[in-house]
Amino acid sequence: MNLYPFAMEILQVLILLVVGPVFVGWVRVLKCWAQGRSSAGLFQPYRDLRKLFSKDVVLAENASWIFRFTPYLVFGTAVLAGGIIPILSTDLPLGATADVIVLVALFAIARFFTALAGLDIGTAFGGMGSSREMTIASLAEPAMLMAIFTMSLASRSTSLSHMAQLVMSGQSVMRPSVLFALLAFILITLAETGRIPVDNPATHLELTMIHEAMILEYSGRHLALIEWASMMKLFLFTSLGIAVFAPWGIASSADLIAVGAAFFFMLLKLGVVGAGLVLIETGLAKMRLFRLTEFLGSAFLLATLGMLSYFILE
Amino acid sequence: MNPGPIEFASLSVIALLVAALLTPLFSRRQRLLIACCFGLTAAASLLAVVAGAWTVSRGNAEKIVMLIGLPDLPFHLRLDPLAGFFLVVIGLLSLFVSVYSIGYVKGFLGKRSVTSLAVFYCLFLAGMYMVVLSDDALIFLISWEVMAAASYFLVIFEDERIENRRAAFLYMVVAHVGAIAILLSFGVLAGLASGFGSFDGYTFDAMRSASFPIGGATAAFLLAFFGFAAKAGVIPLHVWLPEAHPVAPSNVSALMSGVMLKTAIYGVIRITFDLIRVFPWWWGAIVLVFGLLSAVMGVLYALMQNDLKRLLAYSSVENIGIIFIGVGLAMIFTSFKLPLLAALALTTGIYHVLNHAMFKGLLFMGAGAVLHATHERNMEEMGGLIHQMPWTAALFLIGCVSISAMPPFNGFVSEWLTFQAFLLSPSLPSPLLKLLIPMGAALLALTGALAAACFVKAFGVTFLGHWRGHHRPKVQEADWPMRVGMIMAATACLLLGILPTLAIGWMDAVPQQLIGTSLGTSAGAFGWMWLTPVAYERASYSGPIVFFGILAIVIAAYLLLHVRPGTIRRVPIWDCGFEKIDRRMQYNATSFAMPIRRIFGFLFNVKERVRISRRTAHRAFPARLYYSLHVRDRVWGWLYKPVIRASFWGARKVGRLQQGRIQAYLIYSFVTIIVLLVFLR
Repeated sequence: MNLYPFAMEILQVLILLVVGPVFVGWVRVLKCWAQGRSSAGLFQPYRDLRKLFSKDVVLAENASWIFRFTPYLVFGTAVLAGGIIPILSTDLPLGATADVIVLVALFAIARFFTALAGLDIGTAFGGMGSSREMTIASLAEPAMLMAIFTMSLASRSTSLSHMAQLVMSGQSVMRPSVLFALLAFILITLAETGRIPVDNPATHLELTMIHEAMILEYSGRHLALIEWASMMKLFLFTSLGIAVFAPWGIASSADLIAVGAAFFFMLLKLGVVGAGLVLIETGLAKMRLFRLTEFLGSAFLLATLGMLSYFILE
Repeated sequence: MNPGPIEFASLSVIALLVAALLTPLFSRRQRLLIACCFGLTAAASLLAVVAGAWTVSRGNAEKIVMLIGLPDLPFHLRLDPLAGFFLVVIGLLSLFVSVYSIGYVKGFLGKRSVTSLAVFYCLFLAGMYMVVLSDDALIFLISWEVMAAASYFLVIFEDERIENRRAAFLYMVVAHVGAIAILLSFGVLAGLASGFGSFDGYTFDAMRSASFPIGGATAAFLLAFFGFAAKAGVIPLHVWLPEAHPVAPSNVSALMSGVMLKTAIYGVIRITFDLIRVFPWWWGAIVLVFGLLSAVMGVLYALMQNDLKRLLAYSSVENIGIIFIGVGLAMIFTSFKLPLLAALALTTGIYHVLNHAMFKGLLFMGAGAVLHATHERNMEEMGGLIHQMPWTAALFLIGCVSISAMPPFNGFVSEWLTFQAFLLSPSLPSPLLKLLIPMGAALLALTGALAAACFVKAFGVTFLGHWRGHHRPKVQEADWPMRVGMIMAATACLLLGILPTLAIGWMDAVPQQLIGTSLGTSAGAFGWMWLTPVAYERASYSGPIVFFGILAIVIAAYLLLHVRPGTIRRVPIWDCGFEKIDRRMQYNATSFAMPIRRIFGFLFNVKERVRISRRTAHRAFPARLYYSLHVRDRVWGWLYKPVIRASFWGARKVGRLQQGRIQAYLIYSFVTIIVLLVFLR
């Protein structure tokens, strides 16, 4: 039996767990530099997580099992997604478990339970966060799927490994439809991972927060798991975008050098994406909640244009 | 003679009819009546499931010509894979609901006699079984009417409330308008099959062997689609559904939403794929467009509801839409001679039929358990029930997760397959369809995401947080028969979600019968674990790995974090130091849906009014605030009001003929006879 794909699988999950927080740290460091502040360093997310893991849990009296189960589920779906997205290699045994639609649904189930946990305690903030999160998701998800469908039309597959391999083999060069889909994907990634201009990950300002409002009542290891999962989510969305739009460098053969090169390319791309994210976050202000309709609507429109241009121009 | 599936199915119907006849004898001993009647219906349903499953796995058809019928026109019964599949769907849910009813109907003891509920419940089930078994137009329409009439009496069971009587009346009217259309459709088909002079065309066999001219076939299809759409609750013919389903007893709502609507799907599939067989692509386009419309609008209406059962009823409109999307795509693919894709699309449609029956049945049973315990249907008053009703909450949650199309449950599988069917549409030869059909995928994605929001609201507001109402009832968990009914449905949801390959492999007889191609070789090519429609490279999904993968990671994380014994401290909610936090400050159903109402508000008729009490000294410190919100269907005002007004106007005009004098009536008869003699000699 060939052990290489399984080794890759384990390696990918480890990279997800380890590099996820570093990537968030990298974004924070860049952001501090861009805004003329001094940063806490690349590894501050680790220290945060360690602190949270060593604390005891304080739980509201009214919390039910859903509130306690949600952090584990959110963490579990993120880790499973890490085994599916081709981060280092396209030859993954779990790759066939789920195609890109299933992947979107995996994020959806995490969101579903987080929103329920927000309602569980019975405070106004939790409910507000859940309501807003589900509203944004219901606009972002169709746009996300449209962007991905546009890409999958060319590759005639929704399986991520196949989509990545096809792009790498050079059969689909930069086409107008890809450009539109990429733009749409970027807008949606900002919305789904809760970055500016949709949500601000660094604030607990009552009236504007969305994701933070849902998890306001969490503490200790529960909060640590959720925070870790949300760091992994940013990493996963970035990897998903890389796998679909710019997979060059991902290893497609069983070869240590190729894997090493893939790791190097991954770091390089993450560095670039982080810089781009910081540019967007520093350059834009957070939008009002009801302006988001336009933001996500334009993402949807771009994805639709991509699909139309695929049929008309290609 | 060895009894075959059709004998089993007939025995099941006979058992139900006997139960309906015998039940009134027990009306003095209500407790015994409940146990016997619903025990018997459970057994009869099991028999139907066996018959259906057996037929589908054998993949052939059996017929019976009955000894009763109209003179010289005997009734025909037939059990083929399509009928067998729907028999399994109906039988499975009626089995679960019958077990549930043993507990649920006890709630009426001491309030009213349940004899009529039991009798019509049996007739209702028998009617549904007969609809799928019938093989000629006459027995089909008779069974259809038995089903409609029995469900009317079930809707009106609690008849002291005016809204129940109104809802039942509306239901009756729409059901009959639909039935007339179906009758006319069969008339056209029978006439074209055997010539309008003879009666021989009334059997489905005669229609199957005839070839229809396109004009006549189109008329028949449009009439049938109208009739069946009225039964299925396709928008804009859905108005009866959110009225009638909530007011029926919850076990009946579960059956009506879960399986009665599916008989209409069965009718559409039977008439197009089996009886007419050859049709142009735009028939499929009509079905697809109405399916998409129902899906999106249904879920948006569902989001606006505050009544738990009404929300579920609107969500049935949405799911019927999703099923019609599958059926419509299958019709389009069939008309372009793409049998494999048609088989895929048809499989998605009927798989969603099965899945929706399971989760919607489960959800209505859960809503019934909540209603049973709290006597409350308004979600604004509920909350925190997860603490008092842990079983119901967990089972209802499974229903919510399934219906929101979340892996690893069953709703996701059928939605995923529908997406795959959409993504295969570029292989159509028509450029226009190539361009437009993927847009349908976007609407389906919107539907799925809104459904998730809708069921976060339904579960979150009902079961989580604190009780929102003013007076707090004593809430008790559902009793064991109710729990068992729900547990069985929840198990079915999970199994159909993680083992879709087995289910789809078994269902393959249906596309094999109707389209001539089965999906089987591709779906199970990589073993039972992988669902790979069309091709392995194209897409694959493994329910078991997703389920057990998440489970394993969750357990591993839990165990790792509990190596070090940590303590959990329970404290009151953080109230930002105000100490005045109140149960009424929670988000409720209205506030949860507010952002979506604001975004999609233009689709509804929204009337929102805020008024500050007059006795307030200063505007900044209102003593009391009055807030009222009305969200209405626009369809009612646009489509139904004019029809209602016109029919009242017509009735008034015709009413003038009634003079009340015998001479006038004699003149009318005389004139009629003269006219007939002159024109129809």
